[in-house]
Amino acid sequence: MIDSGEVHALLGANGAGKSTLVKVLTGVIRADGGRLVLNGEEVQISSPSQAARVGLAPVFQDPALVPDLTVAQNMRLTGTLREAVRSRLHEMDLNVDFSEQAGDVPLPMLRMLDLARALVRDPQLLLLDEITAALPSDLAERVFAVMRTRREHGRSVLFITHRLAEVIAVCDRATVLRDGSDVGTLVPQHGGERKIVEYMLGAEVATAAVKASELDETEVRISTDGDAAAAAAEPALEVKSVRAGTVESVSFSLRPGEVVGLAALEGQGQDDLFATLAGERRPEGGEVLVGGRLLRARHPYDAIRAGVVLVPADRLLALLPQRSVRENIAAPRYNRLLRWGPINLRLERRRVQEAIDALQIDTRAYRQVRRLSGGNQQKVTIARWLASGFGTLLCFDPTRGIDVGTKQQIYSLLRRLAGEGAAILFFSSELTEFPLVCDRIVTLYGGRITAELPAAAADEASLLRAMHGLAEEVA
Amino acid sequence: MTTATATADRRRPGIHAARFGRRHGWTLGTYVLLLALVLYWRSVPPVWGSFDLQSLAIDALPFAFAAMAQAVVIISGGIDLSVGSLMSLVNVISAKYMATMSFRDALLFAGLLLLGSTAAGAFTGSLITISRVPDIVVTLAMLFVWAGLALQIQPIPGGGAPLKYVQLATGQWFSPWIPSGLVILLCAFVLIWLPLRRARPGLALYSIGSNRNAAYLSGVSVTRTRIFAYSLGGFFAGLAGLALTATSGIGDPLSGQYYTLNSVAAVVLGGVALVGGKGGLIGPIAAAFVLTLVKTILILKGVDQNWAQVIQGSLIIVVVMIGGLAIRERRRM
Repeated sequence: MIDSGEVHALLGANGAGKSTLVKVLTGVIRADGGRLVLNGEEVQISSPSQAARVGLAPVFQDPALVPDLTVAQNMRLTGTLREAVRSRLHEMDLNVDFSEQAGDVPLPMLRMLDLARALVRDPQLLLLDEITAALPSDLAERVFAVMRTRREHGRSVLFITHRLAEVIAVCDRATVLRDGSDVGTLVPQHGGERKIVEYMLGAEVATAAVKASELDETEVRISTDGDAAAAAAEPALEVKSVRAGTVESVSFSLRPGEVVGLAALEGQGQDDLFATLAGERRPEGGEVLVGGRLLRARHPYDAIRAGVVLVPADRLLALLPQRSVRENIAAPRYNRLLRWGPINLRLERRRVQEAIDALQIDTRAYRQVRRLSGGNQQKVTIARWLASGFGTLLCFDPTRGIDVGTKQQIYSLLRRLAGEGAAILFFSSELTEFPLVCDRIVTLYGGRITAELPAAAADEASLLRAMHGLAEEVA
Repeated sequence: MTTATATADRRRPGIHAARFGRRHGWTLGTYVLLLALVLYWRSVPPVWGSFDLQSLAIDALPFAFAAMAQAVVIISGGIDLSVGSLMSLVNVISAKYMATMSFRDALLFAGLLLLGSTAAGAFTGSLITISRVPDIVVTLAMLFVWAGLALQIQPIPGGGAPLKYVQLATGQWFSPWIPSGLVILLCAFVLIWLPLRRARPGLALYSIGSNRNAAYLSGVSVTRTRIFAYSLGGFFAGLAGLALTATSGIGDPLSGQYYTLNSVAAVVLGGVALVGGKGGLIGPIAAAFVLTLVKTILILKGVDQNWAQVIQGSLIIVVVMIGGLAIRERRRM
């Protein structure tokens, strides 16, 4: 429920359902159930244009301007008056060349154009989905000014953000979502971050923490003497002030036998960081050292040859879904075999079988990887690297969409690999995983490392605070 | 990044010239190529005169319309492999019935056929959007359907058209230096495409080719716009078929074959991105003339027909490669 003349924040961890809710409200996605009441009347919204008619105007996470049309043509496409948009921009003290192609306009300015276009309709409810994520602070200030003006005019704003400081600064109330349902509404106040974080975590935190400590003592965490040896060893991977796309400047190191967790909210630079390390993207600055040697990766092939390999979240990006388990596991090996000449099938079969046994892959659907379960597919992506050998394993959300039992197997597999001397960088969107798998955890916020925590200190609350850039409280 | 970005400044024409060059560079390049070819062409035959210009216009007219048909579909992010056989179908139907008609009736009949070919395009577009079968598959299938119908209607070349109708495309306008085919082409471009491009349907066409999601979020009906693109393509293919009747004077069920892939070549050469969203129709029209002219020159030079094809193919690769390199250089700056 949002009152008129209210700025309402919508909060929640990644995947809690914030963006989905906005899409339902604006007719991009059809609701599976439930009712929507606007000004006391129930409304059915089935398309973006209909949402506009009933007084809902969204500014989506992705810019809604067509890149190959000029700004002016984009305005004509939506039937928005150019002069009206221009005057809205002037109110925000901005000036945009309308004959520029939208694709040439810098991203922050596109967001402001989106906002100005939405404002022209003078909507009853303005929905802003993470508009400030891509904005420099001076532009963000102008967005806040707009939100305050809307409030004075008795209009409402629904504001989605990951930055709690913004919520406290401009919002009247905040609703927290978790796992797709709302868990509570509160009035944000200064110093109230902790309370919001508690809402985002929910009551299960306590139980989850207990579970984690039990597992700690049983089988998942293996050796502590290995950790001691790791501390002394030369780093397997060293990242020195790397800059690439959304990565501003990141430095950390990974020692053999160590699992380092990387915790971050959505869009803080983790995608570009992993792409850079895996050789898909060239860094714009800084350097990556592998075993003390500078890695100049122009292609994933270079990174793989240096022993840095990637397990992506989307398994189908890494696998050949129509081919057999054996071929999939052996695929990365092909570039090591004699280039011309037949493949030594017997050797290949032996290596593949070893990897399958080590990972306990259920190979009943052996002939086509796409018919394997998600968890087994993920095991195959790891097995590929086991069979070909590696030094550093980059795991990007490896347990996404996998059942609990297989998750446990993957955790213990990662620990075992570390025990055997591998260095592992582990990103996950599930915070509960970090203490189970990692030796220490670094948090990434706005393209920079904001905190480093030992696994023991990484309870969810302190992780979340560090992930929101509230590092001072952690220290 | 501050707010000073992208400030309009009308007092500096240099910026506008640079932007014009950036946005329309490819089209300009196509016209420069065409001009260079024309200059060379003038020196090839012993006597070069208005007759040569007239025959170029006649050769290029159906091709230019076919390129326009293909261009509107490709701009919207699709592809239409049935352009050539739809042309054949319109060609044979018109030649079969127009042969005995008066000029006035023939014109009415031509209008009817244009409606029909537009409807045929709409049918193809609806098939694609409703069945969700990829456009390349559906239009490939339609290629066979239209070609089969054309052969059914007129298995061997025949038929004809009233003399005045033929002169619409092969005559002259005031002076022998103004072939009426060029005038017709210009009319179709100015009266149909220009207003459309500036209005919402034209913008919608570009928007779905550029970024379907952004177009949808801007309130564009993607389905309707795709069907519209194929209908417009059908309309231009109809014009191309009618032009074939006028320029050749007969109906030939295999006459359109040549244009299916050549229209794609002209579109690519004319600076329309195959992924959609970029380019216009004047580029492909110029490219149709370039490709026709290359063929004419090679014939005049006495180059073997088979080698002529090899040279034409190489020209397309070289031009598109130079264009691609130019775009990459610009990005690097």
